[in-house]
Amino acid sequence: MPRTDLAPLLEVGGLSAWYGEAQVLREVSLRVGEGEIVTLVGRNGAGKTTLLRCLMGLQGRYSGSIRFRGTDIARLPAHRRARQGLGYVPDDRGVYSTLTVEENLTLPPRVGPDPWTLPQVYQTFPRLAERRAFPGTKLSGGEQQMLALARVLRMGARLLLCDEPTEGLSPLIVRQIGEILREVKRQGTTVLLIEQNVHFAATVADRHYLLAEGRVVESLDNDQMRTREHELLDHLGI
Amino acid sequence: MLQQAFNGLVGGAFYALLALGLAVIFGMLGVVNFAHGAFYMLGAFGSYILLDHFGVGFWAALVTVPLVLGLAGALLERLFVRRLAPLDPLYNFLFTFGLALILQDLVKREYGVQSQPYPRPEALAGTVDLGLFTYPAYQVFVLAVSLVVCGAVWVVLTRTRVGMIVRAATERPELTRALGIDVGRWVTPVFGFGIALAGLAGVLAAPMRAVNPLMGADLIITVFAVVVIGGLGSIFGSVAAGFAIGLVSALGNLYVPALSQTLVFILMAAVLLWRPAGLFGREESPS
Repeated sequence: MPRTDLAPLLEVGGLSAWYGEAQVLREVSLRVGEGEIVTLVGRNGAGKTTLLRCLMGLQGRYSGSIRFRGTDIARLPAHRRARQGLGYVPDDRGVYSTLTVEENLTLPPRVGPDPWTLPQVYQTFPRLAERRAFPGTKLSGGEQQMLALARVLRMGARLLLCDEPTEGLSPLIVRQIGEILREVKRQGTTVLLIEQNVHFAATVADRHYLLAEGRVVESLDNDQMRTREHELLDHLGI
Repeated sequence: MLQQAFNGLVGGAFYALLALGLAVIFGMLGVVNFAHGAFYMLGAFGSYILLDHFGVGFWAALVTVPLVLGLAGALLERLFVRRLAPLDPLYNFLFTFGLALILQDLVKREYGVQSQPYPRPEALAGTVDLGLFTYPAYQVFVLAVSLVVCGAVWVVLTRTRVGMIVRAATERPELTRALGIDVGRWVTPVFGFGIALAGLAGVLAAPMRAVNPLMGADLIITVFAVVVIGGLGSIFGSVAAGFAIGLVSALGNLYVPALSQTLVFILMAAVLLWRPAGLFGREESPS
């Protein structure tokens, strides 16, 4: 059940998006409450990444409303949305090769009331501390994912938009990412997460939206997610 | 031989300054500035006009001409380049190409195609003993200025927050906006700065090269090859390739004079076959 008792931090209404003539999102509506972790589940090409890009202001052509903390941000440029508290973790992790690890962390401005400090980041991610002077892309895939997460935490973002943070990573790293997301939630930060791994999604998130062909076809809670795991895996083609 | 190598480095000093400007503009805006050679030419003509009409000498020109051209470049970005940026890159390509032709022909109409004389500044008229050979002081000065400017740009890029933002915006402009940085605000000064570097190269060229309306068009073709060899958008690559190409083409002149005009392009083709993104370029990242 959608937890309507929580004030929606993010409220998306009638969002449609196009790539050229092809419509990739059709009237998507969803809500994410303050402090929730919500996943977007769906097979490749369902429109999940496009949806995050629309929220971040990176998608060329779209219509609909995006209310964040009560104001419509659908017309704001990407950098102003980030300054309102959106933290973007793109699907390729978005680590800069021409910036050191520490520069990757300190590039974005601080936007939230309670951003992580650099020592705090290094305490949580000791690997990043060891490699702070290395070029960002000299890190392993898992470390780059940690860096991308740590970066938006240091920004103090209120809502993390994470595009498949567990993709292609070892089970150990996936577990670590799960722990970090739960820790982030304990601190009151909200997360909207794209996730193909149904099992992982059910262990970290509160609710799930199932996307298919650019539409939200279902809203599921964790119990439904677990009982229908096989059906969902079938649907996702995994 | 050594002296020829030194000639090559001095030639490379011009390539490096021009390629550096092209690289920062391309990296930050995604615009290949075909008018870059025209601004180099305007730099040389600027100092010629200052001296001829107003009696203003080399040292003052060295400061004012790049400054004025840099401001003109910033204005150009604001009025035209920015408006064309959201369209197909072809539009800015055509715009800067057309602008180069217009600027060239305006100067041609006023001064004709013959070269204008520009004297060396008196303080640098002599020669310097470099130990192994003596060398014109002015050429040594040009090399020093180019090295200092490229070095200073390097320090700003690697050690300051502004430099960090320019590097980030050059590598991943879209992601950088998504991380809360107003990339658009940095575009105008970076474009102006790139143009100012072209102007500076032009002022430096005036006392040692023919000042004529086509001087930029002739040079810029080689500079494009330099930028491609260094890796499009790679700032370090463009400077390193600038000096390297200067050196290679001077030595080529000495040993295989028949190839002197084409050597750079043979080199470019070879580098592209070996590393399609250029020596210091990054492979196109998805997104």
